[in-house]
Amino acid sequence: MLGRLTLDAIQHGWIATFGQITMLLGGITVVGLLTYFRRWKWLYRNWLTSLDPKKIGVMYIIVAFLMLFRGAMDAVMIRVQQATSVGDSNGILTSDQFQQVFSAHGTIMIFFVAMGLMFGLINWIVPLQIGARDVAFPFLNSVSFWLFAAGAVLLNVSLAVGEFAAAGWLAYPPLSELKYSPGVGVDYWIWALQIAGIGSLLAGINFVVTILRMRRSGMTLMKMPMFTWSVLGSMALVIFAFPILTATLGMLSLDRLLGMHFFTSDSGGNALMYINLIWAWGHPEVYILILPAFGIFSEVVATFSRKRLFGYTSMVLAIGAIVFLSFIVWSHHFFTMGAGADVNAFFGIMTMVIAIPTGVKVFNWLFTMYKGRIVFASPMLWFLGFIVTFTIGGMAGVLMSVPPADFQVHNSLFLVAHFHSMVIGGVLFGFFAGLTYWFPKIFGFKLNERLGKYAFGCWLVGFLLAFVPLYILGLMGATRRLDHYDASLGWQGLFIVAGIGVAIIMAGVGFQVLQVVFSVWKRKENMDTTGDPWNGRTLEWATSSPPPVYNFATTPAVNDRDEFWAIKQGKALLVEKPLYTAIHMPKNSPFGMLLGGFSLTVGFALVWHIWWLAMLGFIGIIVSFIVRVSDEDTEVTMSAAQVAEIEAERAKI
Amino acid sequence: MKYSERVTEPTTLGSAKSISRVASAAGEQADAADKTLFGFWVYLMTDCILFASLFATFAVLRNNTFGGPDARELFSLSFVLAETLILLTSSFTAGLAILAARRNDKKQVLAWFGVTFLLGLSFLGLELKEFAHLASEGNSWRRSGFLSAFFTLVGTHGTHITAGLLWMGVMMAKIYRRGLVFSSVKRLTMLAMFWHFLDIVWIFIFTIVYLMGVARI
Repeated sequence: MLGRLTLDAIQHGWIATFGQITMLLGGITVVGLLTYFRRWKWLYRNWLTSLDPKKIGVMYIIVAFLMLFRGAMDAVMIRVQQATSVGDSNGILTSDQFQQVFSAHGTIMIFFVAMGLMFGLINWIVPLQIGARDVAFPFLNSVSFWLFAAGAVLLNVSLAVGEFAAAGWLAYPPLSELKYSPGVGVDYWIWALQIAGIGSLLAGINFVVTILRMRRSGMTLMKMPMFTWSVLGSMALVIFAFPILTATLGMLSLDRLLGMHFFTSDSGGNALMYINLIWAWGHPEVYILILPAFGIFSEVVATFSRKRLFGYTSMVLAIGAIVFLSFIVWSHHFFTMGAGADVNAFFGIMTMVIAIPTGVKVFNWLFTMYKGRIVFASPMLWFLGFIVTFTIGGMAGVLMSVPPADFQVHNSLFLVAHFHSMVIGGVLFGFFAGLTYWFPKIFGFKLNERLGKYAFGCWLVGFLLAFVPLYILGLMGATRRLDHYDASLGWQGLFIVAGIGVAIIMAGVGFQVLQVVFSVWKRKENMDTTGDPWNGRTLEWATSSPPPVYNFATTPAVNDRDEFWAIKQGKALLVEKPLYTAIHMPKNSPFGMLLGGFSLTVGFALVWHIWWLAMLGFIGIIVSFIVRVSDEDTEVTMSAAQVAEIEAERAKI
Repeated sequence: MKYSERVTEPTTLGSAKSISRVASAAGEQADAADKTLFGFWVYLMTDCILFASLFATFAVLRNNTFGGPDARELFSLSFVLAETLILLTSSFTAGLAILAARRNDKKQVLAWFGVTFLLGLSFLGLELKEFAHLASEGNSWRRSGFLSAFFTLVGTHGTHITAGLLWMGVMMAKIYRRGLVFSSVKRLTMLAMFWHFLDIVWIFIFTIVYLMGVARI
């Protein structure tokens, strides 16, 4: 009846129990607060069923921050373990727990934190920047979010019921095959990623069509803001790369569920095929994450240098080059796996080549700052920190692109330090800059700048303290995923420094939480009444903060690359007496949430081999899909008079 | 999402330059009407990459028979040719159904989609028969890496055909009840695109899995 699921599944050691209790208390608190303040209807009507990309973006970012909390806890445990597990001491975790912790850390941070923040920011800003009222397919957008949320929930369920994968964040076979990982951990990993990954794929399709087909008239491709360009590049990568992930996870699950032999070590399976496939998705994935961060920095550096972005055309070409090249470098993740000198040479050279467009972007940002009137607001600080950390990480990357050098540091902490430089110092700093920069646009008030700067300071110092020792340790021969080492190696001092670094990062996270709470409390003092708190350049600042549900009441043609700047300089005309017309907006729909819920059911059932429940969930998916597409009445119309009324009301504020 | 197309540009824009932009915007509006079709094209391309990954895996694993039978011992080309002809014919009849939809001929749309549905169903039946036959002789997907890749590649195509048949059934029921409204014609076009796409994928399966397998190229 319940497949593999028995009562044993919910009995764990103290760490998982702590996690269970935290989740339970958190859940009870949220339910209690919602009931006490009678906000259930509000939550359902205004948020859960909303098809407004600004709100979907907020929900993405909330989920991402909850996951960031979980992933950061994992990071702390890894650091504590490695700082204490020396010689006779075995640290706080068993080997098996440690393996689950680092697998969960990587999976959560990439798939649910970085991807979640990215899609949140894209939902917030892309429609506004291209002067549109919505995305191309608003319902599909809601489905994407709910699939993402379902994946996140499934992953957290693994903490309470059963276990998580102990095979690393990419679950290399044959270790991840049934023979060596017989538990449910890898299945949780597979289905959490499969569900969230399909959501990302659908979002990719949605935003490619949005950007290509929904731009304000007059906004030619070469007049698009740079963030939109970078999102177009990133989403193009999503639609090329994510189907590979879907297929690969599918094949691994067939191995585990039906006894197939794709990647097994016997019966003619080929584990290296998995490693090729997963990195054919995985390498583009890192550019999927970093390109929007590049786009954010391009907006931030132009705004806070009070200058037009330097080298716009070369920026666009660099994005194009990165999109193309990111598909022919994947093999550098496994130079040591015996592909031979010729193959390694090709992929090594391509890896060096892809550093060139990235370098072009770095120089363009620096030239944008040159002779600018730089404002050191906190988004700009994140940018300055990024330039340092990202360049260090990039240099380390180019070093490892040389196959003989890579043989020395393969699987070492040097590599771990490198990719954290890119993902924290690049992606995360970028998204934090974007969150601070666009927060007032979505919520109508600015975040407290002082606390934001403290948070940045802690993150930068903490990051350097946590990862510079790892570069050194890697060169000294420390491998990654090490749960114990000998005292005579003399590594403990550096590991303790890295641990202190993580503590400082956690202080930074604390300042960020404080910043949000304090800013909400004191929001009256930081209201953005102009819609343009930073003296911005692009169209998202041309509407009020927060924007009305339809973003723009009128949609006049665009003439300039920095359209809003041109309007402010008097070079373009602002419509004085706008002529309102009727606006059609999508109605709310609960079906996104339903589809997410049914997908979660299917995923959970497949993890535990509860076949009837999987069937039920699957039928639920099909039926709710058919019901939704049969509904012809999915739009509401606001008449021109209503729009005029709303606009007049808003003008009073 | 039609509101963006329906919004007319404000006339207070001023300069002659922007007036010409308003005129060109009309062209874009016609363009935006088939946003859904464009989105569906993009989706089909992602599906294409999904199949490409499965083809690549099949190509790597096709000789990993692990002592079991290989393609020449397992497949009957005449059987597969019959499957192929049935699927190709169903693509043709789907095309005829779309032509009928353009003529707004409800009866013919239902008739031709009915034929397409039956052809698709018989293709699926033949495929399942082949699968059952292989499994009954001990050559299931558990036998070898080659057979895992075979069942998954061909089975994924079969799953798509099943989804297409389900979609076709729902569409036919809707057209039968409510007639050919604009939105259903747009969806029929997407359905036909999907069906032709599966046809193209099958041509590759026919060539790479069956022909090249039996010829041991």
